[in-house]
Amino acid sequence: MIEPMEFPSVLSVDNLSVWRGERCLCRELNFRVVTGEALQVQGHNGAGKTTLIRVLTGLGRADEGEVRWRGEPLRRNDAEYRASLAYLGHSNGVKLGLSPRENLAAASALLATPIANNVDATLERVGLRAHADMPCGMLSMGQRRRTALARLLLAHVHLWFLDEPLASLDMAGVTLLTEMLKAHLSGGGIAVFATHQLLDLAPFPVKNVVLGTSA
Amino acid sequence: MFVWFHKLASPPFFYKFADKLAPWLGWLSLLVILAGLYGGLWLAPPDYQQGDGFRIIYVHVPSAWMSMFAYMVMAIAAAIGLIWRLKLAHAVSAAAAPLGASFTFLALVTGSLWGKPMWGTYWVWDARLTSELILLFLYLGYIALNHAFEDRRTGDRASAILALVGIFNIPIIHYSVTWWNTLHQGPTVFFGPRAEMPASMYIPLFIMIIGFMLYFTAFILKRLQVEVLQRERNTTWVRELVEKS
Amino acid sequence: MKLTALIERDLRLAYRRRGELATPVIFFVIVTALFPLALNPEPTLLRSLAPGVIWVAALLAVLIGQDSLFKTDYEDGSLELMLLSPLSLEWIVLLRVFTHWLATGLPLVMLSSLMALLLDYPMHAVGVLVMSLLLGTPVLSFLGAVGAALTVGLRRGGMLLPILVLPLTVPVLIFGAAAAGRAAVGEPAAAPLYFLGAMLVLALTLAPFAITAGLRISLES
Repeated sequence: MIEPMEFPSVLSVDNLSVWRGERCLCRELNFRVVTGEALQVQGHNGAGKTTLIRVLTGLGRADEGEVRWRGEPLRRNDAEYRASLAYLGHSNGVKLGLSPRENLAAASALLATPIANNVDATLERVGLRAHADMPCGMLSMGQRRRTALARLLLAHVHLWFLDEPLASLDMAGVTLLTEMLKAHLSGGGIAVFATHQLLDLAPFPVKNVVLGTSA
Repeated sequence: MFVWFHKLASPPFFYKFADKLAPWLGWLSLLVILAGLYGGLWLAPPDYQQGDGFRIIYVHVPSAWMSMFAYMVMAIAAAIGLIWRLKLAHAVSAAAAPLGASFTFLALVTGSLWGKPMWGTYWVWDARLTSELILLFLYLGYIALNHAFEDRRTGDRASAILALVGIFNIPIIHYSVTWWNTLHQGPTVFFGPRAEMPASMYIPLFIMIIGFMLYFTAFILKRLQVEVLQRERNTTWVRELVEKS
Repeated sequence: MKLTALIERDLRLAYRRRGELATPVIFFVIVTALFPLALNPEPTLLRSLAPGVIWVAALLAVLIGQDSLFKTDYEDGSLELMLLSPLSLEWIVLLRVFTHWLATGLPLVMLSSLMALLLDYPMHAVGVLVMSLLLGTPVLSFLGAVGAALTVGLRRGGMLLPILVLPLTVPVLIFGAAAAGRAAVGEPAAAPLYFLGAMLVLALTLAPFAITAGLRISLES
């Protein structure tokens, strides 16, 4: 359970403009996402979905405008913000030389407050119990993605930023992710994800942002 | 006054300002350098030890001085660009680098040319020349890194970090090279003005340094104009400027 | 607790990639062996050149090894996770460079005594040689890490790294080779060793900041 706040947690974006070289990826973007809501970022390939998500995590920087978390604009070196988020990028962030179990142990070491010692249960949840000790280099792309998904369950954080989370996942994987997202949202979390395939997260509201429609 | 400085950070205002100021500085620097050269090559008496050969210091010493000065400007501009996120500061850094590298190269060449008639060899591993050589490598590294990135902004910021690491290291490098030189009792080549130099000798030297500084400023302003045009090429004010000319 | 977990992860990974990490060490041995082949293998000549040759070979070997410091993590996305960790990135980076040095630099330091044998370097001075490398190679690692952080996003970054870092390593080379050289002829080598120690302290305290700044900049795009 994510610890409840006195006021609802809001991730908001004010007049955000992001350029990539000569191209403007988004101009004066505005949106708000509150506790229990999800935001779907859509757009064609190269529209800037990944860039936007990275700006939201603090990895990338916006050219204009602000990202605010609980009303405060993101600071340069915001340890508190980073403690409130989990990120799943295009590349899994999974070391191929380590097994899923070892990968989760390593990821745990980078967290502020990991949930204690339930690596086995987490691996079970994502369906990797049988392969927990094989080096990830020997697992399939879908299994590596599941290892990355398991990382999201290592700590209770408010914000999930997922970039194309469905990539490489089979039908069972898609169901798994949908369930994980619903559990996260019902626990008071916020999820922002970039996807080509629309997810059904009923009864949780899913807002939409579409990039690449304006000049 | 402060407001005017603030306006300077705006590219179109800066462009007009540089356009007016640079030619004046350029011509002034030419005059000053000519005056310095006249003083050094003509008026100053020949050195009692080295005859007329010492006159190369009128180019060598100002070049060496400017090579250090340019690096300082580069590093300070880099710091300003990183801390206050000013694109123009990064442009100053990028403009100062090739100029500084040229000054360093000039210092090395004049030092080498001096060496041949004086000590019979084109290169001596003396502390100052060796430090200048390493400085040239630092400049080249900066320029290489700056141009290695597709995204100009990332290139600016990465090379800014390198410039700051460099400026921190330069005193250490210089000290270690001096120490190394004394260790191996290399020839103590005499490149700087001596304490007992008469006024007629060191005044032209200072004049040359001032002339070089003016040239540096004029050059930087002109280069900045080009950088500003390049970086802002998609804005309306640049398009209007190009259409007008 | 966290620190040991991070060290454990890096060491475990290093062990799994030990073939890859052996490259700098092998490079060191080969380069050292090249010099007698290129020059006159006459013992007195080799002895006078030995401190410099061993040090230059060690310097180049360490720099070659630094490219792999962040590259794999950048490519598989774990570098981004490091940057998103709420833990202090400076500490994470410090530990990373340290474990990398343990895996690549330390073997080099130990092998140097063997290289000393090859180059007829006097055995009584090997202690000082090893000490100079023990103090100097971590500094070289940190300097290389700054270059690695700045070039990690570049495709041909590996070529650029030595160009950027070599000028900065000159003081380490000077003091390290001087210490080994002085000890070989029986002169006191304390002064250059102290300088190396001072540079190590500077590197430990300041380099992590440059490295983290470089990583953040490299990962912004």
